[in-house]
Amino acid sequence: MNSRLIAITRKEIIHIWRDPRTLAVMFLIPIVQLVLLGLSATSDIRHLNTGVYDADHTAASRALMEAYRASDYFALNHFASNEQELGELLDRGDIRAAMIIPAGYADKLARGETAQVAFLLDGSDPAVAGTAYAAAQSVGQAQRTRIIQQKLGVDVTRLGGIEIRPRVWYNPELKSSNYMIPALIGLILQFLTILFTAQTIVREREQGTIEQLVVTPIRSWELIVGKLIPYIGIAFFNLAEILVLGVLLFGVPIRGSLGLLAATSFLFLLTTLGLGIFISTVARSQQEAMLITFMINLPGIFLSGFFFPIEAMPPALQFLSYLIPLRYMLIILRGIVLKGVGLEPILSPVVALAIFGSLILIGASLRFRKTLE
Amino acid sequence: MISLAHLTKTFAETIAVNDVSFDVGAGEIFGLIGPDGAGKTTTLRVISTAMAPTHGRVTVDGRDVVREAETIKQEIGYMPQRFALYPDLTVVENMNFFADIFGSPPSERAALIDKLLGFARLEPFRTRYAKNLSGGMQKKLALATTLMHQPRVLLLDEPTTGVDPVSRREFWDLVTNVHLDGVTIVVSTPYLDEAERCTRVALMHRGKLIANDAPNHLRAQLGAFVFEGHSAQARAAEQAIQTLPGLLNVNTYGDVIRIIADDAARIPAIEKEWHTRNVAVQHLQPVAPRLEDVFVLAIEKLQAEHHAAQA
Repeated sequence: MNSRLIAITRKEIIHIWRDPRTLAVMFLIPIVQLVLLGLSATSDIRHLNTGVYDADHTAASRALMEAYRASDYFALNHFASNEQELGELLDRGDIRAAMIIPAGYADKLARGETAQVAFLLDGSDPAVAGTAYAAAQSVGQAQRTRIIQQKLGVDVTRLGGIEIRPRVWYNPELKSSNYMIPALIGLILQFLTILFTAQTIVREREQGTIEQLVVTPIRSWELIVGKLIPYIGIAFFNLAEILVLGVLLFGVPIRGSLGLLAATSFLFLLTTLGLGIFISTVARSQQEAMLITFMINLPGIFLSGFFFPIEAMPPALQFLSYLIPLRYMLIILRGIVLKGVGLEPILSPVVALAIFGSLILIGASLRFRKTLE
Repeated sequence: MISLAHLTKTFAETIAVNDVSFDVGAGEIFGLIGPDGAGKTTTLRVISTAMAPTHGRVTVDGRDVVREAETIKQEIGYMPQRFALYPDLTVVENMNFFADIFGSPPSERAALIDKLLGFARLEPFRTRYAKNLSGGMQKKLALATTLMHQPRVLLLDEPTTGVDPVSRREFWDLVTNVHLDGVTIVVSTPYLDEAERCTRVALMHRGKLIANDAPNHLRAQLGAFVFEGHSAQARAAEQAIQTLPGLLNVNTYGDVIRIIADDAARIPAIEKEWHTRNVAVQHLQPVAPRLEDVFVLAIEKLQAEHHAAQA
């Protein structure tokens, strides 16, 4: 075994161990990020604040309101006495949806005419509005069927016709957390590993210790790999933390093989750690390293398909997203964790990661010059 | 042992070292002297392989510091001016780390550490973090650490700057021990009393080498005469004779006035001037030139030439 490599690794472990604050951050960040992002990064809609202006005040209008309430999508918790009041509630953001039942609603139904009910949605957040839109329509549709059924006095399901029976695979309850938490593994690993490794070499420069190091027979790759090893260990600990919390706290199923998950995570870590080291060889101060880290991390997260589907991006951005290692890792993670797939279906992103990882590590080794500037 | 041929090192705008050549023989203590910005640190960094020269060739033990950098690193111990050990590692951890990197055999390790810590009087501080050592102790630790791979060439960049006199003396005792072991030493220093301990001294100024000889030869070749006198009005005495011809440098140190003149025959004129101006100076007599005089004159001469060239 290479004794210089071991010496560097041992030294790096001592640095980490003797800096309790950073150590605490390393082990707490995944927990905090997972809990915060896992809880907040969701587009599931439950109990959307909804205002109602019921100008009809009949049993029929109350039945309609009850139908919406029972759906769980809408919490009818604001009652207005005119339309203007509803508008104000929407303006203030107190409610995200509003329903106006006009006077004469029950009469029209009784006469067999079409009764119109207005449904207003706050479209500022398209994701929320989109779901609410669909929910509002389907609840209305169901109520309509119920009314027709009552009128005809027959069971409409016996009339024949088409019935679409959608079945949702992988995430039958359509829980956002099932989709988000596997992706969070990739996001958190990237965030942490780039952040910490970006500091390592630049710290030697800032402390001046690089001057003593460059006059030793240490080779660039030994220094880089030796410094990465402890962080690979920490990253795997973080991975375990996230998986355990994901299962215990968010009930995320892990359907695929843990071995495959670990192996692909290792490939992904090579790219992020390599990127961190690369930043470290470019930056002149720890502060600069930190800034570059954020500059790379943020667009990377958006282009990776973490928040927004890549398919929805303009072609130029879709193309750019191929350069983001996190993109491949998200496909792999969602594949293994949610779909329980083996290596074959995710082979191409795995190969892409392997190529990225080796290129970045080689690039960082070449960039690191064993001389002072 | 060390050979510099036309070494030039430039950074973006500045020429740090400008066409410097000298040789250092095996077993020498070679001093690099000069004001801040003279190019001493850059010269040492190039010899240490930490920096590549822009032009010129530098060899250590016949091997080129660029092409054969990796093989000669084993022969060189370099102690940077700034403390460059790990602050969060203990004394012994730092020594062991660099020994590991140099691949020093672990069998002799413990004995060597004991010996070096003993010489450096750091024995009681084995497990202290380097950041908690005093400045002087840090310097001694840095020296001990650079000796862990038993180099044949030792490069010390201002090793005693900012160190108290007692620690300075202890440090030089250590350096003397290393010298007696046959190690070739190049040391840069702003202290001229330290320069006197060197077998040879090179004076650098603005990247150029302006003198290079044994201290006693440099003094002998001064070509000027140095006098000292005592006066309660040393300042007035200095001002009184400022315009007299043949005076190369006049300086005061408390109540001592020190005059460098081109000829001993200038004395009567000086004393006459003081007499007419009513300035009392006692015991004006010739003294042995110091290295400082040599360098003050050399630098003043250069500056005069520089101004003349500009005008």
